[in-house]
Amino acid sequence: METMETGSARGRLDPTRIPAAYWAVGAALILIPAVASDFVMVQIFARTFIFGMIALSLMFVGGYGGMVSLAQLAVAGVAAYMTAILGASAIGTISLGWPWWLHIPAAILIATLFGTLTGALAVRTAGIYTIMITLAIATAFFYFVRQNYVVFNGFQGFNQVLPPHLFGVDWRGSIAFYYLCLFWAAFAYLAVLYVARAPFGLALQGVRDNPRRMAALGFNVTAHRVAAYAFASVIAAVAGILMVWLSGTISPGAVAVGPAIDILVIAVVGGLRHPIGPFIGALIYVLLRTFALDVLTASGLDPHRFQLLIGLGFLAIVFWSSDGVLGLWERWRHHSQRTDPLTGRTREP
Amino acid sequence: MAESVAQRLSTAGSGNALELRGVSRLFGALAALSDVTITVKPGERRAVLGSNGAGKTTLFNCITGDFLPTSGTIRLFGEDVTVFPAHERIRRGLRRTYQISLLFAGLSVIDNIYLACRGVSRGRFSLIRPRRDEALMHAAEQLMTAVHLTDARETKVSALSHGQQRQLEIALALAGAPRFILFDEPAAGLSPAERRELIEILTSLPEHIGYIIIEHDMDVALRVAESVSMMHNGRIFKEGKPEEIESDPEVQALYLGGGHE
Repeated sequence: METMETGSARGRLDPTRIPAAYWAVGAALILIPAVASDFVMVQIFARTFIFGMIALSLMFVGGYGGMVSLAQLAVAGVAAYMTAILGASAIGTISLGWPWWLHIPAAILIATLFGTLTGALAVRTAGIYTIMITLAIATAFFYFVRQNYVVFNGFQGFNQVLPPHLFGVDWRGSIAFYYLCLFWAAFAYLAVLYVARAPFGLALQGVRDNPRRMAALGFNVTAHRVAAYAFASVIAAVAGILMVWLSGTISPGAVAVGPAIDILVIAVVGGLRHPIGPFIGALIYVLLRTFALDVLTASGLDPHRFQLLIGLGFLAIVFWSSDGVLGLWERWRHHSQRTDPLTGRTREP
Repeated sequence: MAESVAQRLSTAGSGNALELRGVSRLFGALAALSDVTITVKPGERRAVLGSNGAGKTTLFNCITGDFLPTSGTIRLFGEDVTVFPAHERIRRGLRRTYQISLLFAGLSVIDNIYLACRGVSRGRFSLIRPRRDEALMHAAEQLMTAVHLTDARETKVSALSHGQQRQLEIALALAGAPRFILFDEPAAGLSPAERRELIEILTSLPEHIGYIIIEHDMDVALRVAESVSMMHNGRIFKEGKPEEIESDPEVQALYLGGGHE
């Protein structure tokens, strides 16, 4: 299964039907390296793409499947750890140093298996219990990697996990890494958008709206839910590999409970209704995380309180719109369409 | 209950579309169904009548596999499906509609019907989008026309009227190649004109498709069914031709408020 089949979309793709906003955002993202500094490219945008992809995998099971999973960061974490363990790192006693064409697919495969197994456990529950069981798995994964020194190198984790030098490009370079992340983020985004209208995605939304009826139409509801976790896990796994390359390190702190919940915050702040939501949420989150410190210091507050800013922002957005920034945007557009710009009077809907 | 494949094959295709033997369903101490035995021949059209709480919908839920009976066996076209999950029964030609429409509120009319067509065919996990000229898409369009919903093609189900939702409910049950359909009060909440349309849809179904219909409206039930089972307190207490049932003193007492005790 997996995302590879999306190539068949090309036959139906009509450039004139792509909204202007896509062209504008696409062009802007491609041109960013021309104007932005290395810091902005990597620490702001590449990071946004990576967290956006992990949140996208949550959006897929949550928004289309109605299952809120807190284990998506753990899936990315498994891929990140596998890249470090099977590939090369500074911890020569553990890392196996397999070539890229072996350790990258293996990392994706193992992380997908982990995510699918998590799903197989989680789909036996519903609602708050799904959240609890996936949180439990994420927590268990965090403590396991922190306490296991033989394979996961415990508290310290791995460092100097770097992307391979491939096709004559040094993927460690800021510009190359930016485009690498942009490519996979765009690919994942389009894949989710496409699959949402394919039989698998439609059926998943059917399962979300009405599992009982889906069974009465001949669908194996449980199998569909598990498959949704598998699909989402591939996205999270790719993001996990980029995540370990971004900083060159992976340690238990990166897969702790706090960051796992941050993924949920990102997805909810952005909006779970459309795959662009997680990326919007990720951009807001990364900007807040990066600059809240300076803002707080400048205004004479304790810089360690940046989580407070994020929390307040989260509260404000959820308070005004149950569907994140996307919901706010939609409401604003709906409103502006109904108001005549000249007279200011409300038009008939 | 655990039969061998050989046993199952030997009984497959033997006579009856649906066969229930001694089916009971307990909810705690309450017996929603007790010792129900029904045999329906292929192509037969049966009405199930009874007051509220008589166990009619529970009967349907047991047949579809929404939950398992506490005891007894259910055979579908000769095959023992008692412990089969719902989707396995549906793939064998069983269909049902729901008393309160169970639709996919967030999806459009055509997507709802397309899903129903997809559910009983291959490629349920396909990641390739359907093309407009695909056979299943074609089947979905035809069903949409059959239940007069062409104008609402792209409308989200949550925006449909009650009557339209009931029509869509029926379309979902007709998807694929149904062999036996359970209609749970399809006329509930319909206007007289919509009722006539419903009767027309039911009576014009291909002859080989049998069904059981639960209906409170005697006029509808007796017009679309050739046999009637009367239920009360989880039991079937009378079976017969519509005219026999209509003139039966016991049934009249029940329906005129006397009660069966």
